[in-house]
Amino acid sequence: MSTPAPNHPPVNRRQFFRDGARLAAMTGLGAFLGVAATRSRASQNTVWQIDPSKCVYCGQCATACVLKPSAVKCVQSYEICGYCDLCTGYFVPQPNSLDTGAENQVCPTAAIERKFIEDPYFEYNIDENRCIGCAKCVEGCTRFGNGSFYLQVRHDRCLNCNECSIARVCAGDAFHRVPASEPYVIKTTAHE
Amino acid sequence: MSLRRFGIAAFALLAPLWNGGLALAEQRFPPPEFETGYKMPAITTPAPRGLAMEYVDVAVLVTALGVAAWLVHRKRSRRGLIVLSLFSLVYFGFYRKGCICPIGAPQNVAYGLFNPDYAIPVTALAFFLVPLLFSLFSGRTFCSGVCPHGALQDLVLIKPVKVPLWLEQGLSIVPYIFLGAGVLFAATGAGFVICRFDPFIPLFRMTGSFFILCLAGGFLLTSLFVGRPFCRFLCPYGALLRLGSLVSKWRVRITPDYCTQCRLCEQSCPFGAIREPLVATANPAALAPDRRRLGWLLLLLPVLIAVGAWGGSKLSVPASRLHPTVALAEKYLDPKKPAPTPGSATPETLALTRADENAEAILTTAAAVRRKFDVGGWWFGGWVGLVVGLRLVSLSTRTARADFEPDRGSCYACGRCYLACPNERVRVGLLSPAEAAGLNANRAASRVAASART
Repeated sequence: MSTPAPNHPPVNRRQFFRDGARLAAMTGLGAFLGVAATRSRASQNTVWQIDPSKCVYCGQCATACVLKPSAVKCVQSYEICGYCDLCTGYFVPQPNSLDTGAENQVCPTAAIERKFIEDPYFEYNIDENRCIGCAKCVEGCTRFGNGSFYLQVRHDRCLNCNECSIARVCAGDAFHRVPASEPYVIKTTAHE
Repeated sequence: MSLRRFGIAAFALLAPLWNGGLALAEQRFPPPEFETGYKMPAITTPAPRGLAMEYVDVAVLVTALGVAAWLVHRKRSRRGLIVLSLFSLVYFGFYRKGCICPIGAPQNVAYGLFNPDYAIPVTALAFFLVPLLFSLFSGRTFCSGVCPHGALQDLVLIKPVKVPLWLEQGLSIVPYIFLGAGVLFAATGAGFVICRFDPFIPLFRMTGSFFILCLAGGFLLTSLFVGRPFCRFLCPYGALLRLGSLVSKWRVRITPDYCTQCRLCEQSCPFGAIREPLVATANPAALAPDRRRLGWLLLLLPVLIAVGAWGGSKLSVPASRLHPTVALAEKYLDPKKPAPTPGSATPETLALTRADENAEAILTTAAAVRRKFDVGGWWFGGWVGLVVGLRLVSLSTRTARADFEPDRGSCYACGRCYLACPNERVRVGLLSPAEAAGLNANRAASRVAASART
């Protein structure tokens, strides 16, 4: 119980030191709070995000994330997309034929949907449940196409780890903390 | 179909660029003008977890700490603490996936203090400070029923083995060293090592690398037989809470009344935290050798700090390699680095290409980080020396106590000892006073018999 045992005097020397130390510790914590709260120039909570202009498609987003499959997914910027029949993000170089055959696809998990819109245009959508964030399609689209495929951390999946395990190994140094109010880096122009 | 042929031709034309890394700054294929009234789908941007939810986390933390303090000091209920542990395990562990937790929060604070561009999240600051503030009043109530790591280890403990005192005392400095390392690496921006090597987060997430899952399994297996191995021998935040609870206002009191010296509480504690009575010696002269040793150790303390600081400064160069930019800069300057081979770009060669393109920026950053480590190494080494020295000093001091009492720093306030105490059982009505008296007489008799045998 919180009451001292009866055979102890109300305040002894040890008790006095302990009270003093507690007071000092509380003052210290308060001062610490003051310093920590005023020191930072930034003022917002942050989340992890990829800068598409720095991404070098090294493929580690698929392997280094603590989540399996990764919280990094390919996203499609439709306004940049050329809707090409021969999509270099969808097809391997020199495909046998331009159809949805697995041997023709760059994507190892067939996560890209190819949908006919009108001659000769095709729409490409990412099925995020299948996408593993390997960036193979991103490389194909960025090198030869408009660069409408790019990787983003999807915040409905990301655990926002204190230290992002992909950021630690990212070959392009493309991972950064961004303000939580603007959690995505959306591409609006080709090859920015 | 001519367009398709054009596409293939364009593909063949561009194929040599596959490894060139050339990105033309224009739209190569102009966006189509659709004639069928096709509407482009919108890009979805699922929002991150809202800030309001993080305040809910802080509110849950404060409430749980309050409940734990009440259960430990007022209600004196082990059963209540088990229920609270289960709640914390589910909420902070399996629901929040152990992030953010106070164990890693010192790193956020250190990183924020040394990198003004990083805003310490309000939640991280609250998770760092609130349990410490509670420890100043109610001891390690955070460990007792709020920490998901502690809860997990406490709930799986089935057959506690007593850790030899020398091992316990020796290993108990590891948390302080780990804390120092965590702060060093966070302050220099090299990474959050406490989070990286946290053995229980992968269990909450049910996923992780092979190494970390092995570590998790090892710790979980150990905690079946050794009470709270992570809390006792590794947890850096527990090290801070230990300091806080040394001066706490209220402490765990085993007996509600008087101590019968039956040792039942000592046996019930799986963490070896209960200290036996120590009567002050009547003859002060007998303490002279101890006093002399204490004096020598106090003189040794500055020496240990100096030696530690010197040793730490020697470690700063290898330690700085944990920083990704320093590691890249070293690899870049290494004459034996792998040559970029066309066609097989590995993450390593891609990073080296980046280093080649921004050599100056990367080398400048790496040099700045290394300077930080040069200073940090001294501090870290000095800290290790101080921790070792103070441990030696504390081993040479004696605290007179009349009863069996939990050690303020080592007690996790788990509540196991309460119902082990016959007087407490009388208080809650599980034992009549007459039965308790008989029990004590029996135990006293057997103790006399045991001492007579030896």
